[in-house]
Amino acid sequence: MRNLFELALVLGQQEKGLGALGAGIGYGAAAIGPGIGIGYVVGNAITAMARQPEAAGMVRTTMFLGIAFTEALALIGFVVFILLKFT
Amino acid sequence: MAMLGALSFPPIEELLEWKDMFGIPGFNKVSLLCVLSSLIVIVFFLMAGRRRELVPRGVQNIAESTVEFVENSIIMQTMGPQGLYWLPFLLTMFTFLLVANLFELVPVIQFPATARMAIPFPLAMFVFVLFIAMGVKRQGVGGYLKATLVPPGVPKGLYVLVVPIELFSTFLMRPFSLAVRLFANMLAGHLLLVTFALLSAALFTKSIMIVLLPLPVAMLVAVTVFELLVAVLQAFIFTILAAVYIGEAMNPQH
Repeated sequence: MRNLFELALVLGQQEKGLGALGAGIGYGAAAIGPGIGIGYVVGNAITAMARQPEAAGMVRTTMFLGIAFTEALALIGFVVFILLKFT
Repeated sequence: MAMLGALSFPPIEELLEWKDMFGIPGFNKVSLLCVLSSLIVIVFFLMAGRRRELVPRGVQNIAESTVEFVENSIIMQTMGPQGLYWLPFLLTMFTFLLVANLFELVPVIQFPATARMAIPFPLAMFVFVLFIAMGVKRQGVGGYLKATLVPPGVPKGLYVLVVPIELFSTFLMRPFSLAVRLFANMLAGHLLLVTFALLSAALFTKSIMIVLLPLPVAMLVAVTVFELLVAVLQAFIFTILAAVYIGEAMNPQH
């Protein structure tokens, strides 16, 4: 932990390095929650489709909607990554 | 790793910023792709509708299945039969976004027009203004605000908490996430393709490192197939979210 802090201090002299460190850690952290969330959404959608194959079309549409809402968080993390890394 | 000397990831400006074309200031590759995808959509539907036959063939067949896809998978699932009024708008939006996204995989062009915020953002703002206008038209200003900000069945004490959250999520987060979702997906796909293409090019040498070449090439093929899926899916998701937002503004209890 202390080593990481010292590394951050050294990198802090060049703020680009600190930005890159923050970008990498930030994007990694931002991908955890949506990953779990999309897993839940798709898993439950598959359960629903297996139980009622005749409702598969409706379930699929709703599943894509759920994925889209969950995924937005990860994508905002990606945008923050781009902003921190490249600007 | 010294063998990988040829590998240098270009700065992001080189991947995303384009020079002006035809001497018109501000008219660059992205604008050209935008105009091109509009033209492709217009020509496609004009060709399909030029000779209407009872048994569709060729272009007419593709166009009819596209219309049916938008009608059955997007409008019927989210807005119901009364949403068919919006079919032309959503169909145009879907096909335009589909063509603009698929430019990502067309050789020589290889840049999705939607990977710059200039294309998704106005579209998202258009949808935003449209669903607010629809809500106000159907329910009046007060009724629309009440239907949006106060979900039914919430105890009065929680209004302090619920109303700001709904305000934030409807009027700020919706247009923002609609635009960012499309933009970031296409940008991420473009960067992935660039990364593996550069890696393949850097390994294409006369040294021993060439034994590693199949790895990035296989990955490039896999990512290309994945991006084909993403391009279609993002056009679909943008359109279906627009349909959901407009449908919700028309029928609040839905």
